[in-house]
Amino acid sequence: MSGIKVILDKCVGCTVCVKVCPVEAISMQEKKAVIDLDLCTLCGACPSSCKFDAIVIERQKVVLKDDPSNYKGVWVLVEHRDGEIASVVYELLNKAKVLAKDLGTYVGAVFLGKEITDKANELIHRGADKVFLIDDPNLKYYISENHTKAITGLVGKYKPEIILAGATTTGRSLVSRIAVGVYAGLTADCTGLDIDPKDKMFIQTRPAFGGNIMAEIVCPDFRPQMATVRHKVMPEAEADSSRTGEIIKETIDEACIDKRIKFLDFIKEAISTVNLSEADIIVSGGRGLGEAKNFKLIEDLAEVFGAAVGSSRACVDAGWIPYSHQVGQTGRTVCPKIYIACGISGQIQHLVGMQSSKLIIAINKDPDAPIFKVANYGIIGDVLKVVPLLTKSLKEIHSNAPAK
Amino acid sequence: MNILVCVKQVPDTTDVKINPETNTLVREGVVSIINPFDMYAIEEAVRLKERFGGESTVITMGPPQADSALREALSLGIDKAIHLCDRAFAGSDTWATSVVLAKAIENIGKFDLIICGIQASDGDTAQVGPGIAAHLDVPQATYVRRIDSVHMDTEPKIMVVERLLEDGYEILELQLPALITVVKEINEPRMPSLRGKMSSKKAQIPIWGNKELKIEPTQLGLDGSPTRVSKIYTPPQKEGGKVFEGEPQDVVKALFEEIKDIL
Repeated sequence: MSGIKVILDKCVGCTVCVKVCPVEAISMQEKKAVIDLDLCTLCGACPSSCKFDAIVIERQKVVLKDDPSNYKGVWVLVEHRDGEIASVVYELLNKAKVLAKDLGTYVGAVFLGKEITDKANELIHRGADKVFLIDDPNLKYYISENHTKAITGLVGKYKPEIILAGATTTGRSLVSRIAVGVYAGLTADCTGLDIDPKDKMFIQTRPAFGGNIMAEIVCPDFRPQMATVRHKVMPEAEADSSRTGEIIKETIDEACIDKRIKFLDFIKEAISTVNLSEADIIVSGGRGLGEAKNFKLIEDLAEVFGAAVGSSRACVDAGWIPYSHQVGQTGRTVCPKIYIACGISGQIQHLVGMQSSKLIIAINKDPDAPIFKVANYGIIGDVLKVVPLLTKSLKEIHSNAPAK
Repeated sequence: MNILVCVKQVPDTTDVKINPETNTLVREGVVSIINPFDMYAIEEAVRLKERFGGESTVITMGPPQADSALREALSLGIDKAIHLCDRAFAGSDTWATSVVLAKAIENIGKFDLIICGIQASDGDTAQVGPGIAAHLDVPQATYVRRIDSVHMDTEPKIMVVERLLEDGYEILELQLPALITVVKEINEPRMPSLRGKMSSKKAQIPIWGNKELKIEPTQLGLDGSPTRVSKIYTPPQKEGGKVFEGEPQDVVKALFEEIKDIL
């Protein structure tokens, strides 16, 4: 069994480890760190923070089931609805190109669905060297169980080194299932992916505790290495219609189709045309709006921006807007280019869902509201006056702009 | 209907603060709570049990202090609790965590439904629920916002659920036994009753370690976890932004001056 220990000769009693431990398992006794093994979860925070290498986590030697060098290729799982490819896929392909170059390997795209063959070239134009295609009526709808079987088969046959998927409802549910079957390492909701130039290790960076800390995750002994990637963090790959690649057609055995789960229907959300996770701009409303009817002001501003409509928890709980619009800890985590918080005070539960947005604009009448601590631009004022003015000004800018 | 609920004890994010001088988490006085999404899983289990009878059981994998999370679940109306607690489980990533939970569920025996919160607020992975379903080879529906219908008198038993997606929702039919993970929209959790609180204090909660679960040591804890944390750091603090104050006309104009290049 593995364990953790303090090398007493190296420990200088600086107490950094005591402060970083998330479970308060470390105390100082006679100026040396002592770890309470009943509390320690072996999370890895203290060894990485000790400047004196005085804390080590010892592991048993892993018996490799397969030599990692047998695994080649950076794969992207293609999410789509009826062949309409999600933009996160192009973000992943862009990243996959960089990773594949650093590793000296190819970019693969895994494309499953019904009547999608004619869309495969689009993936090559965006950076895939090989498209692994299964065009089968049984795969018309995304069903975790069936897609898992199909992709697990491909993984066994082609042995990819890395598999990336969008950190979407579909992506997260699918890869978790695949990773169990193939015994792969899986890191959720990454915001950074890099190859260490020294040892070619795949470094996956992700926020934890709602973005209050960042963790770098590696997976040295298991292949493939899998990660889901947060939407809108990485730029999309440009299309280049002169790119060429290989389309590898595969099939799925009828016996692999799971009869225990059936797709019945999909109902598109009626309220907004732009969905939160795809949006470049989000206009969000909070309790400062005062009453339900004032949410119209948020919708109006969102419309002229071409933005999605977000909300704080308070407005959802008050029934002003459906839950699917809630941003924050018990809602969605978003990362748009511009996030406009209107009448939102900025409780920590809201901040963890939006603080990684690239530009944050906050409007609130309370100058001490915590939202101003994360905002790039703040307006201290009454949302009911400021928001309609923003809408009006933006309309004027649009109408004065030369027609395209 | 026999239901299992998997919960996790997490630090209350409201209390987690960063010390800007040392860039470390300040934990003094941080209380532990049941992961917020798991509260909806507990409530849904209690409601289903009230409708269809049977037994509800809550399980958690965690250190000795996670006992209080189990007692809270009991006070909310869950019938039984089992605590999965063993040094050998420490250092588990989502793969190794889902093995322990799946193995415990196998040990408990026959069940119709497993309910988990969609994700835990400390890790935000949403990987453990589907991981358990994969280990047990049962169908799954994640991000469930509503259970439309349950048919306990058909063979096999069937459940129809709505899954919340980015651009709408989809309706799935699942054969039981199955696993669902739930979002906040599914219900409004009740407060614990006084009687529930009293009886939960006295409840006997069995503790299972690997002696009971008998998982291969190579699949356990740190050794069974494919992923490793190589570094943890606090992200650079955002510097205070530019703040405009004054007449609405003027501040809106000033803001557009600043952002006109990016629009």
